[in-house]
Amino acid sequence: MRLMNPKPRSSRKHLSRAAAVVVLGITGLSACGAADTGSSSSKGSSDSVTIAVPSWVGAEANAAVAKYILEKELDTEAELTQLDESVAFDALNSGKVDAILEDWGGAPKKVDLYVEDKKSVVAGGDLGVVGHIGWFVPKYLADKHPDITDWKNLNKYKDLFKTAESGDKGQLLEGSPSYTTNDDAIIKNLDLDYKTVYAGSEAAQITQMKEDYKAKKPFITYWWTPQWLNAQLDLVEVKLPEYKEGCDAEPEKVDCAYAQTPLQKYFNAEFAKDGGDAAKFLKNFNWTAEQQNEVAAMIADEKMSSEAAAKKWVEANQDVWQKWLP
Amino acid sequence: MSAVTTPAPPSPPTQPAKRQAPGPARSRPAHPLLRRLLPLVVVAVVLVPVAAALWGSGAWPSALTADVKTPLDDAYGWVVRNRDTNPVFLYFLLHLSNWSDSSVSWMTSLLVDLGWFPVTLGALLLSWRVGGLQSRRGLTLAGVTLGAFAACGMLGMWEATMETLALMAVAVTVSAVIGGLLGLGGGLSDRFQRILRPVLDTMQIMPAFAYLLPLVLLFGIGVPSALIATIIYAAPPMARLTALGLRGADPGAMEAAQSLGATGWQRLLTARLPLARKEILLGLNQTIMMALSMVTIASVIGAGGLGEEVFQALSTVDVGKALAAGIPIVLLAVWLDRTTAAAGDRLGEGSGSSAVRLLHGRRGWSLTAGVWAVVSAVGAALLIEEWPEPWTVDISQPVNEAVDWFTSHLAAGVPVLGGTRTWADGFTMWVLDPLRDGLTATPWWLLVLVAAVLGLLAGGWGAMVTAAAAMAGVGVIDVWNASLDTLSQAIAGVVVTLLLGFLIGVVAARVPVVERLLRPLLDTMQTLPQFIYLIPVVALFNVGRSAAVAAAVLYALPAVVRITVQGLRQVDPAALEASRSLGASTFQQIYQVQVPLARPALMLALNQGVVLVLAMVIVGGFVGSGALGYDVVYGLQKSALGTGLTAGVAIVFLGLVLDRTTQRTQAKAGPG
Repeated sequence: MRLMNPKPRSSRKHLSRAAAVVVLGITGLSACGAADTGSSSSKGSSDSVTIAVPSWVGAEANAAVAKYILEKELDTEAELTQLDESVAFDALNSGKVDAILEDWGGAPKKVDLYVEDKKSVVAGGDLGVVGHIGWFVPKYLADKHPDITDWKNLNKYKDLFKTAESGDKGQLLEGSPSYTTNDDAIIKNLDLDYKTVYAGSEAAQITQMKEDYKAKKPFITYWWTPQWLNAQLDLVEVKLPEYKEGCDAEPEKVDCAYAQTPLQKYFNAEFAKDGGDAAKFLKNFNWTAEQQNEVAAMIADEKMSSEAAAKKWVEANQDVWQKWLP
Repeated sequence: MSAVTTPAPPSPPTQPAKRQAPGPARSRPAHPLLRRLLPLVVVAVVLVPVAAALWGSGAWPSALTADVKTPLDDAYGWVVRNRDTNPVFLYFLLHLSNWSDSSVSWMTSLLVDLGWFPVTLGALLLSWRVGGLQSRRGLTLAGVTLGAFAACGMLGMWEATMETLALMAVAVTVSAVIGGLLGLGGGLSDRFQRILRPVLDTMQIMPAFAYLLPLVLLFGIGVPSALIATIIYAAPPMARLTALGLRGADPGAMEAAQSLGATGWQRLLTARLPLARKEILLGLNQTIMMALSMVTIASVIGAGGLGEEVFQALSTVDVGKALAAGIPIVLLAVWLDRTTAAAGDRLGEGSGSSAVRLLHGRRGWSLTAGVWAVVSAVGAALLIEEWPEPWTVDISQPVNEAVDWFTSHLAAGVPVLGGTRTWADGFTMWVLDPLRDGLTATPWWLLVLVAAVLGLLAGGWGAMVTAAAAMAGVGVIDVWNASLDTLSQAIAGVVVTLLLGFLIGVVAARVPVVERLLRPLLDTMQTLPQFIYLIPVVALFNVGRSAAVAAAVLYALPAVVRITVQGLRQVDPAALEASRSLGASTFQQIYQVQVPLARPALMLALNQGVVLVLAMVIVGGFVGSGALGYDVVYGLQKSALGTGLTAGVAIVFLGLVLDRTTQRTQAKAGPG
């Protein structure tokens, strides 16, 4: 039982004391020379690991399982921080975050800068899950118009997808601004009479899809697998011109489907070097889309807390994760 | 009136004034208005043809734009490369950043390690003591505190609540010190006050999100950025009210102190500051409330705590869980507001003669502290630190079901009227589209001119220059079309807000029951983090600009209703009584007596509505508003400083235009 300093006597006194501490603190710190940049020795010790979690649930599943095993098996405290793909690289560079477990290649400039140039971030290998982005329509729509799944016929059906936002064009629903997308270029280069409408967040996009699905209304959307919602909504991918190596090299000239992306892990360079067992474990961490989806569905569908979902999966899949341990 | 009429230059009128006196209802003579507009008309007649001939009459001419994105992106690249080596960062900014990190995490671990029992008890006793140990009010406050903290624990949000409280504690302390010092300067020196005021004015209309990007550039994502953003946002009311309190000191008391031979310092410490205590406490109250709202907004840049819980719940489209994190924010607001307000109210009371001495002054505090230490020690020994699992309730399931039911019935199931989704489509096609297209088709110089005229009519020459310059500013930084898109949404949002707000306000002002029922609802709406609305709004109105406008209206409505009610209430009851005795109908009473007399308050409501609607533009970006809102979200999430900061600055410019064209200056507040 720790007993603490006695409770504030008077709020005013307390305030003035706090103020004094603040002033002292500020003068104190400016007097003591260069600040700790955060990437050096203070972090990277193996008893605490910080993992960046982007805003989608698949990534939450990775992080929750990694955290559970780190804490239970390796006695390492793991902290999860919610960060978007691109800013997570900045945090990885500065050492505020030690690991990204699922990167979709949405920040190529950052990878160049930190991995190639500054060498403050190192690649951590495949996650095992292969991601794929594409255009999707609900199955009930594809059943009704079987040829809608070929991009060449999309212009024929554009009237189905008209909304107040898209005017007289068809609406292609887009997600959060942080996602990797070539859709504006694809629409232009394939001469499609469609307009991208950005939902602005994954939450808004999913809500819109669910509502339309409930009402059995036609919609076409930027979407991806693996995704937990695919277990709830039956979606069919629209075939775009086949992906060929290099056809997406120049952003303005893309006229082909999205590549299959083996999702990548990235580590802070010092953590990768001195992180000990925790770093080795995260390097070995590798699972399939089905396994990830199992956990993601527990979190998103059954509304379990991510800790509880991770616990359930870890207890049932001993043989899978035993191999990851150093 | 004479204060603002400017002497007209002797140049001959080349063109009749374009604007009539606004509305026949006003009895103001047209001459001063004409005279005021004249110089502007002359300038316009000379400049507009030249500008139109040189640069055309379409959208903002590209010849007059400056590329700000590239240098900003370059600056971002430079900072990223040099953050670890540059002395400014190494010797100053990083210290600040590390200090923020460590003070907040120290505070968090203190609160978390103390455990739920001592923290709850401490808060309870503190509010009890502040409210008065013997009074009913103190007891009520203690009850409110207990309820608030217990609810936080029961919703399973104890740790997140403590994180938010810790960030709040540090942010409020620093804001109070900085704001207090600035206010001290402003209160004692006229020159300082003259510099300070416009700065504070501008800060107040700046949407909170606009601070975030540059801070992220300097400090990266995380607690330091969030903390500093909160401090910048929350310090102004403290500064303003401290200055006000010091300036309002009773001259008699000051005279007395001087005649007793007190030195300057003594006068400040023994007379001026104590006399300003009430204003300073009110400032602290405002600072706390603003810090709380910012702490949740700052979850976008990694502040942690309750805001992050809300945000995370949204990624799984779980409104119930988001609400479970939102309720503690509301409860914290209620607790903090009531406690600081009680402290302010009790200042005036003397220690009643019949009271038990033990319960007052320093002894009261020692008693409180003693009880806390003993009971906490016992409690901590008997109970576990963490909030007990069985004591939590899961509200997310029922809430989600309720929201689902509600939205699906409103969205399409309303007979005859169609449902909200149909309305939203209609609103986009018949209101937003024509408005946007109309603005985009208007010649650029005409929009600048309109901003100038409205600014001049509303606030005088200063307002005119600011409004016109800000309008031109969005063109110069090359976001003209996106800004007009956002402006069309803001205008539509303001109009809807005012219509609804005035309507509800008038009803509430006349029917006390309605007001009593509304008040808790308004309080909740004002403190609930805006992000919680996202999902229901999209479910009701589809992704798009209508949804964004709806979110903005929801956010701005409470303040407008409140100000309207207050304004109507303050109308002299004698005037109302007189009209009633003359046989005026209810409508006549409202439109011919109450509304005209409450005009200053209604103008304030208009101005507040404008500022609040604009502050929501960025949250609109999360539900498909496109334009500037989307750009800021894009900038934040992709760390694209050029795009994000430019859009943020454009929002500030639009804010200045709308503020200056709707804010009546003091001199004009009362006609004649």
